[in-house]
Amino acid sequence: MKILVGVKRVLDYNVKARVKADKSGIELANVKMSMNPFDEIAVEEALRLKEAGNAEEVIVLSIGPTQSQETIRTGLAMGADRGILIETDELLEPLAIAKLFKHVVEKESPGMVLLGKQAIDGDNNQTAQMLSALTGMAQATFASEVKVDGDHLDVTREVDAGLETIRIKSPAVISTDLRLNEPRYAKLPNIMKAKKKPLEVIAVADTGIDVSSGLSVVEVNEPPEREAGVIVANVAELVEKLRNEAKVI
Amino acid sequence: MTYTAPVKDIAFVLNHVIGLENISKLEGFEDATEEMVGAILEESARFTAEVLAPLNVVGDKQGSTWTENGVATPDGWKEAYKQFVEAGWGALAFPTEYGGQGLPMCVSSAVQEMWHSANMSFGLCPLLTQGAVDAIHHHASDEMKQRYLPKMVEGVWSGTMNLTEPQAGTDLAAIRTSAEPSGDHYLIKGQKIFITYGDHDLTENIIHLVLARLPDAPEGVKGISLFVVPKFLINDDGSIGERNDVRCISIEHKLGIHASPTCVMSYGDNDGAVGYLVGKEHHGLMYMFTMMNQARHAVGVEGYGISERAYQQALSYAKDRKQGQTLLGTSEDDQGIVNHPDVRRILMTMRSSIEAMRGLSLECAAAFDMAEKHPDEEVRKRCQRRGELLTPLVKGWSTELGVELCSLGVQVHGGMGFIEETGAAQYLRDARIAPIYEGTTAIQANDLIGRKTARDGGQGLMELMADMNETLKQLEGADNTNMKAIAKRFKVAMASAEETGKWMLGQNDATMPAATSVEFLMMMGRLAGGWMIARSAVAANALKSQDGADMPYLDAKVMLARYYAERMLPLVESGKTIITESAESTVSVSVDQL
Repeated sequence: MKILVGVKRVLDYNVKARVKADKSGIELANVKMSMNPFDEIAVEEALRLKEAGNAEEVIVLSIGPTQSQETIRTGLAMGADRGILIETDELLEPLAIAKLFKHVVEKESPGMVLLGKQAIDGDNNQTAQMLSALTGMAQATFASEVKVDGDHLDVTREVDAGLETIRIKSPAVISTDLRLNEPRYAKLPNIMKAKKKPLEVIAVADTGIDVSSGLSVVEVNEPPEREAGVIVANVAELVEKLRNEAKVI
Repeated sequence: MTYTAPVKDIAFVLNHVIGLENISKLEGFEDATEEMVGAILEESARFTAEVLAPLNVVGDKQGSTWTENGVATPDGWKEAYKQFVEAGWGALAFPTEYGGQGLPMCVSSAVQEMWHSANMSFGLCPLLTQGAVDAIHHHASDEMKQRYLPKMVEGVWSGTMNLTEPQAGTDLAAIRTSAEPSGDHYLIKGQKIFITYGDHDLTENIIHLVLARLPDAPEGVKGISLFVVPKFLINDDGSIGERNDVRCISIEHKLGIHASPTCVMSYGDNDGAVGYLVGKEHHGLMYMFTMMNQARHAVGVEGYGISERAYQQALSYAKDRKQGQTLLGTSEDDQGIVNHPDVRRILMTMRSSIEAMRGLSLECAAAFDMAEKHPDEEVRKRCQRRGELLTPLVKGWSTELGVELCSLGVQVHGGMGFIEETGAAQYLRDARIAPIYEGTTAIQANDLIGRKTARDGGQGLMELMADMNETLKQLEGADNTNMKAIAKRFKVAMASAEETGKWMLGQNDATMPAATSVEFLMMMGRLAGGWMIARSAVAANALKSQDGADMPYLDAKVMLARYYAERMLPLVESGKTIITESAESTVSVSVDQL
């Protein structure tokens, strides 16, 4: 089977996010960008499935600006076979992303779509679920283990109560959690080879998909700075403050 | 303390100062594009920060240890080395026909800086292997290359350089290790000291390159031959065979680089160690010299690599540590010692010097790349001269300055810097070896004045000054007060160096230049570093007019260059006074009077 993996270019996890001066969003100019860490885990899982003989081809798909090609190359350097970029300079909502994924799924017919459970910029955690709904593919979210058994997949999920293992049928959408694996370091020869691997670029307009959003951003603000705590003299004072200052009881 | 590779700064030098674009136009270096090199630097940054840097402290504390069965490296090193080999980092600059990636030296030097920043003791193992690979690649027979190079390039075998003996350090003419012909090989007997990674448990075999004398060898440097002596002999099918008669009999207890085993090697305690002649008889020292420039350059990279680590730790501490009301802090919360002007002085000195050293080192490496692959013979020759001229500066100046900067890094920490747990002290201790091995600073100074300047009648030096003059014109032509300020100091420094150079060449008594040659080396290093950081300012200034330019970053580049010009370049002027006036008093006191 083919595995389709989503890779998103996001603000590097080491960079402190700063709000733009005009409060229209986060400052992304001249800051380090890299692959969403959950997506790295998805790429790694796809590669392991391929190395174990459970997949023939790993395709990495990104949706974003031209520079997202670098993110795709990172996936190719890790070992993916080819890349697809759906190019757009707009920040798309999860529903639009899911529709574009569906467009590629229809073309490529992958047996599995692996997506990070969320991207560390928007923290939406929606694309995998929406893609499943749009395509009718089975879904298993927050995966911490994926086992292939013929046409079936046994996926262990990290749920609030602990771990849940479900059996679903391929084709399926799986979203990856942190403990699924530890992504590899790209090998130098593979970094060099990545340049020669095929990377198809599709303009978002050519997909015919309506990616317009019903949302508009009014304003982005830094979270308020946390104020220093106070030491209360006794329980009575604590209760008084909780009641009258914090107004929580 | 963590390490974050300064990828942006390194890429800036490659792309905007030394012109990687021109290197990637050369046949054989087509892969070294800005995009590809960017990807390589990013992954190297990740690997060095996550795998090599965390082992730096355990390496220092545990050190490598000697046992009956060989030298053991500290906890975690074997696994890290395995990952290093699997990722292919060791093979970066090696020839493609033996499994390397054939990338230019300027790219491999950029990557190697990260090894040394992250973990200098670790970085030494592949550094030595590189020296051994170069020697075999340039001078050994095809059969020998086929036998050794693929595994060494891959990194599953390491290499060592065995030159020094107790009585033969700087003066290799005194070498006594002997080689007796015995069938298709030689039997080596003797003792070598100071052999870096002479024994260890990281690789399945170790390939020693050993200087020794044949029975009929002429006296002195013309009677030394070079041999390959593997730790385990290699069977005809390439598999590992019998243990050779070579052993590490002890390791040194050192000021720094504790994890890098510095071995006393004993050859031929029993029947004689089996060795194979490299190239021709009695040509050993000459073969060693052909790769000396690269090896010395690599040690220069250690000089600023370790400084970068010291700088990162000092900066981080200076932001956190609060002591007293600062003059530069803007609010109650903004009172880290980084806001004391004197701490700024230290941090600016560290940062600007590192940028100057990095620029010079990568310029030198790029010159060697041009010298190797440029289609025009004249250009190749000129670039070879340039690379050779800059090598003693990269080695001598960067390593001496590296010690000073790591000491400043300790200073930023105050008393905490003197405490080992803080970590700043390790960088200072590790840095201290770099001005010593691979030719002391005095040897570099002799090399600069003798082989690299006097021998070609100062041609290489004059070409360098002419190029500096071009940069001076660009600085003077810029409509910008910072650039003019840089130009002012650079012009005076250039004139001082030129006058000093003339004075040096004009001395009839060899004692005078010899007494001040290290000063001259440091002066030329400071000036050449100033040239490179000035070029970085010229590049930054030009980039500022582009759409979406990163103004704070580019402004800082210009200001770092101005600081360097105003704080470091005046030392070139005082160098002139020191050199021309102190030589006589240096040697006028007799030994008895000392």
